[in-house]
Amino acid sequence: MADATTNSYNSEDEASFGDFFALLKPRVMTLVVFTAIVGLLAAPVSVHPVIGFASILFIAIGAGASGALNMWWDADIDRVMRRTRKRPIPAGKVTEDDALYIGVALSGMSVIMLWLAANLLAAAMLAFTIFFYVVIYSMWLKRSTPQNIVIGGAAGAFPPVIGWIVATGSMAIEPWLMFALIFMWTPPHFWALALFMRSDYDDANVPMLTVTHGRPATRFQILVYTILLAALAIGTAFTSIGGPVYLVVAVVLNAMFAKGAISIWRRDEDMADADDYLVERKFFRLSLLYLFLHFGAILIEALLKPFGLGGW
Amino acid sequence: MSFRTEHEIHQRRKGRNIGLGLSLAGFVVLILSLTVVKVTRGDFALSVQSSTATQEGN
Repeated sequence: MADATTNSYNSEDEASFGDFFALLKPRVMTLVVFTAIVGLLAAPVSVHPVIGFASILFIAIGAGASGALNMWWDADIDRVMRRTRKRPIPAGKVTEDDALYIGVALSGMSVIMLWLAANLLAAAMLAFTIFFYVVIYSMWLKRSTPQNIVIGGAAGAFPPVIGWIVATGSMAIEPWLMFALIFMWTPPHFWALALFMRSDYDDANVPMLTVTHGRPATRFQILVYTILLAALAIGTAFTSIGGPVYLVVAVVLNAMFAKGAISIWRRDEDMADADDYLVERKFFRLSLLYLFLHFGAILIEALLKPFGLGGW
Repeated sequence: MSFRTEHEIHQRRKGRNIGLGLSLAGFVVLILSLTVVKVTRGDFALSVQSSTATQEGN
């Protein structure tokens, strides 16, 4: 009996610590951590390093928890899509129930700990972010409207606001500019991905813009959002979180981004097929650099301020 | 002859337990550090003063 049990058990399915960590979407967490740090350091109030470190860690854990809950809810479509097939649940490493329990436990822990480490407003904003990502985006918008990633993008845009609130304990206009930057950046970023992932979203019945409105319309929408984003990103240079360094970075990056969006708009599927979506892939990679360097420039401006530099 | 043959699955479980152990240890250190910082900064001074005032009132 014992032998039969041992033989039928597939040890390959036993999860490692890394599989549980993968549930937290570590790559998304790096973006959350970085933008939250920028929000925290750009605030006009200094934070004790230990409190700052703990707060960023709990924001990251909260983001990771929402990632685990997203994987629990989306396990059925993750099995279908090539991009997500190797995630811990579709790979058979972690059960859906385990992902749910880990997600709920870490959500509660991160929110309470952020409250204790920083303040109630920051904790409430983290709780709302988790709710927005899991319920509003994953459960409701993702499978019901092509505006899924437009509205759902807000979930990824909250971390710098939370970082700012950790430092100040209150709201201000500046963190919402950072929020707007990520919010406007999300659609062209994901639509470029949807273009070169081809049938992934069709197969999973996810109503991405490429599926509901077609690829030419998606290419046009990428251009529209890129132009709006450029106006916002360059305009931010003239606010209190901007400055000369940020302005130079924003002008150069938005020129490159706009050039990429125009190239995507001018192409059709035959041209994209011919070079295996080279332009779309380049645009997607540039979008990652775009966000990192914009927030890096905001961080530089903030770090220069104590030396009488930075800002206008 | 040993009946406790080391299987790959045991190594994976060991890695998982070590990972969890280190995470919990890190959490304990973090809580301790936060407590030290908050106490030394006087974050709880207000509640101490108010409880002293209450005692004096009695």
